[in-house]
Amino acid sequence: MSDTPRKPRVGLFVTCLVDLFRPSVGFAAVKLLEDAGCAVEVPAAQTCCGQPAYNSGDRADTKTIAAQVIRAFAGFDYVVAPSGSCAAMIHAHYPRLFEGEPDMAKQAEDLAGRTHELVSFLTDVLGVTGVAAKLEGSYTYHDSCSGLREMKVKAQPRALLNSVARLERREMPESEVCCGFGGTFCVKYPDISNAMVERKAANIEGSGADLLLAGDLGCLLNMAGKLKRRGAATKARHVAEVLAGMTDTPAIGEPKG
Amino acid sequence: MSGARDQVLGAVRRSLKRAPGDEAAIDARLAQHPRNLVPARGQLSPTERVDLFEAQAAAVQASVSRVGALAEVPEAVAAYLREQNLPGQLRVSPDPTVADLPWAEKAPLLTVSTGPARDADAVSVTPAFAGIAETGTLMLTSGKDRPATLNFLPETHIVVLKASQVVGAYEDAWDLLRQAEGEGVMPRSVNLITGPSRTGDIEQKIQLGAHGPRRLHIVVVEGGGA
Amino acid sequence: MQSTSHAFKDNATRALGDAQLQKAMENVRGGFIEKRLNVVEKLPEFETLRDQARDIKNHTLAHLDLYLERWEAKVTERGGKVHWCTDAAAARDAVLEICRAAGAKTVTKGKSMVAEEIALNQHLEANGVTPVETDLGEYIIQLRDEPPSHIIAPAVHLTKEQVEADFREAHNHLPKDRSLSEPVELVSEARQVLRQRYLEADVGITGANFLVAETGSSIIVTNEGNGDLTQMLPRVHIVVTSLEKVVPTLEDVSTILRVLARSATGQEFSAYTTFSTGPKRPEDLDGPDEYHVVLLDNGRSAMLGGDFQDMLRCIRCGACMNHCPVYHAVGGHAYGWVYPGPMGAVLTPSLIGVAEAGQLPNASTFCGRCESVCPMRIPLPKMMRHWREREFERHLSPASVRMGLGAWAFFAQRPRLYGLFSGLAARALARLGGRKGRLSKLPLASGWTKYREMPAPEGKTFQQLWAERQRKGTGS
Repeated sequence: MSDTPRKPRVGLFVTCLVDLFRPSVGFAAVKLLEDAGCAVEVPAAQTCCGQPAYNSGDRADTKTIAAQVIRAFAGFDYVVAPSGSCAAMIHAHYPRLFEGEPDMAKQAEDLAGRTHELVSFLTDVLGVTGVAAKLEGSYTYHDSCSGLREMKVKAQPRALLNSVARLERREMPESEVCCGFGGTFCVKYPDISNAMVERKAANIEGSGADLLLAGDLGCLLNMAGKLKRRGAATKARHVAEVLAGMTDTPAIGEPKG
Repeated sequence: MSGARDQVLGAVRRSLKRAPGDEAAIDARLAQHPRNLVPARGQLSPTERVDLFEAQAAAVQASVSRVGALAEVPEAVAAYLREQNLPGQLRVSPDPTVADLPWAEKAPLLTVSTGPARDADAVSVTPAFAGIAETGTLMLTSGKDRPATLNFLPETHIVVLKASQVVGAYEDAWDLLRQAEGEGVMPRSVNLITGPSRTGDIEQKIQLGAHGPRRLHIVVVEGGGA
Repeated sequence: MQSTSHAFKDNATRALGDAQLQKAMENVRGGFIEKRLNVVEKLPEFETLRDQARDIKNHTLAHLDLYLERWEAKVTERGGKVHWCTDAAAARDAVLEICRAAGAKTVTKGKSMVAEEIALNQHLEANGVTPVETDLGEYIIQLRDEPPSHIIAPAVHLTKEQVEADFREAHNHLPKDRSLSEPVELVSEARQVLRQRYLEADVGITGANFLVAETGSSIIVTNEGNGDLTQMLPRVHIVVTSLEKVVPTLEDVSTILRVLARSATGQEFSAYTTFSTGPKRPEDLDGPDEYHVVLLDNGRSAMLGGDFQDMLRCIRCGACMNHCPVYHAVGGHAYGWVYPGPMGAVLTPSLIGVAEAGQLPNASTFCGRCESVCPMRIPLPKMMRHWREREFERHLSPASVRMGLGAWAFFAQRPRLYGLFSGLAARALARLGGRKGRLSKLPLASGWTKYREMPAPEGKTFQQLWAERQRKGTGS
């Protein structure tokens, strides 16, 4: 009954890759969420969403990890991840894990309903239509698979990037085709994964953009790693960094300073 | 053989673990054959339906000409063959709809014989059972006086379709067929034909006339065509 | 057909190095996807039709025994005969027996994946009956003694130059100096050569896309017209098919046909959709004297009621492989058996065992593009994951993978320990990366660094930095 509406309490699901490889993506996410009026917290009791176990057929460990995430993020209004893949794991797959266990299934459903991918959360839930950032140059956008197909993220990042001053979009062909990362796939089937990311890198370079953007760090590590190996000039960043105007850090896999 | 039948059906039942008692519902579904969603595309007035049929048939490389009455079909056929520089020997379905047309009178230069197709026949003329506007599809049925080989062996297939036979959707054609043949009864062969024969098997480039007809020409008979 | 599915990795590596194959696979990427998109956009009801097609097939599968009985009764009423076969061997023998009774020397064949599944051609040849494939793609691969590499475009792995060479070798009665470099010339020549074969054949064998319970009809969907010539010219028509092909009514099959061609070739409707009901009737002027249906189970009944029942909805359109980046990269032969691509990755372990074909459901990034285009809305990635779970439960996955996963899972379930460990890893890897910010070699991750750089971590984990920020009180 208070007059000033309470700030939505958002639990940030950092994701294991952002935690380990690129904390700056996490801070960009925090900034975007805070700028949009959220109170952001980061539960310490989080590690990973469980996809490595889930996609390897290890259901028992997946469920233990899922239960841990469900506990850690109880009570938040929203749970937001700077990753379509991890958000989809919680949003689309956790409820399926607990079929036949009504109590856990209910909790999983409850969490699933509150969980969002970062950029689509900003646009679709918070109604953000633009950002204050500025960046000189051009970008091409890779639509990461889980975000695109399970979380319906496609127009939202482009809409917000459209508001970044002086930044031009250059679409590549086959932007919706998988980059070949696939979690453990890239090390289980390195030759096939390589063929896929070679093609992706050629499409990225062919776009003529200075910058590759995407919403999932796994895909970005894969594509950035391939672009570097090819000696390409294209730099890679998570979309959150650009939207938050936090591009003073080296791009992914780039030299420091 | 009956051993295998019982084994297969038994295995199906064991896997399904279904409670008994659905037989009546299944029989009702088969008897009533309810329609599913029928696309709006073909649900048009009779003249619009014929226009849509023609446009859709043309989109799949069939050609269409229109005549005002059945008696004008021989001239239309002769004109088509002349334009395409094709031979004037016709193999015509024995069905009276096409066999009894005034061929000799109206197209004296054509040689006409009737019967099922032979390897050497270059051009066939057959009657349609229906035309389906939504995809420009012809429905041809086999039966007394309607050999199915005419639809496939010759290089050029000419079909006579009355405008009144053009329906909107496949479901409408099934209803016509049930009226003609009875519930649950099918002619031995029902051919839905949508454009001439084609293949994309070599490098995914479409070529016409793979094994069936290279050309499909449809003569639509408008007005009083019954 | 002898499976090489267990050798998927080697098959794939070979395929990736095959320049001809890689050139041919561009045709898959190029044509099918755009054509499908164009026709789908023209039919506003398409997504609803997919829902209904799924529901029709689910209903049918849930009552499969009843629909099969009713379908069989109609076939028999029309003078046809159904041959029930529990496995591939029984189906092969049933076909051979019919051919022998007909005194058949040559049989023509329309394209049938079930015939591939039961290795029918090899069995007929071994028993003195010569099968002649009449679908152009199947004819080409029969000349090459290869299995199909795609379920609707069997020769999609070949270039026109390869086909030309095969035709020059096989059709050596034709003038050597003839021009044969264009697809139109190749198609014409095949038409001319095969036409005689149709007329000579004693038996015609086709598959069936659907069986209709209401009428006892079998349906083939083709573009060439070869299936029709195959089934109407010889004295005996044998339909080789499997039990999940049945649908209740003409209305139901119409709904499914509306999504089939659009999903498969990107056509609104295939050129020929033919409904065959029994043999030639007394008043008919042509058609076969005998009509047989060889109906195969071969593991399908066991899929009902379980994790893989949804796979029985498959109508063999090929959309999943047309859109699969793994299929695009390696082609169909790498999958090692009859059914390639995502549908093969799910179906093959069901039919020949997960011990033999376990690689297939693992070789997916779960990108989900297959499910997004499947007209029957089959959850292909979910079922590939089911196979991985079976493998894991049965300890079929490699020991190294299980150990690595076990160690990771141990830490992942202990956040404090995990934080400690990831903090150390972030620092160590950042040091290794040095000023370059990336690593070109990394022990235990050679699968990664063989082909790409490993971007180095920034140095501290997010959790460490977040804790520092909280301590400093700079948080909001």
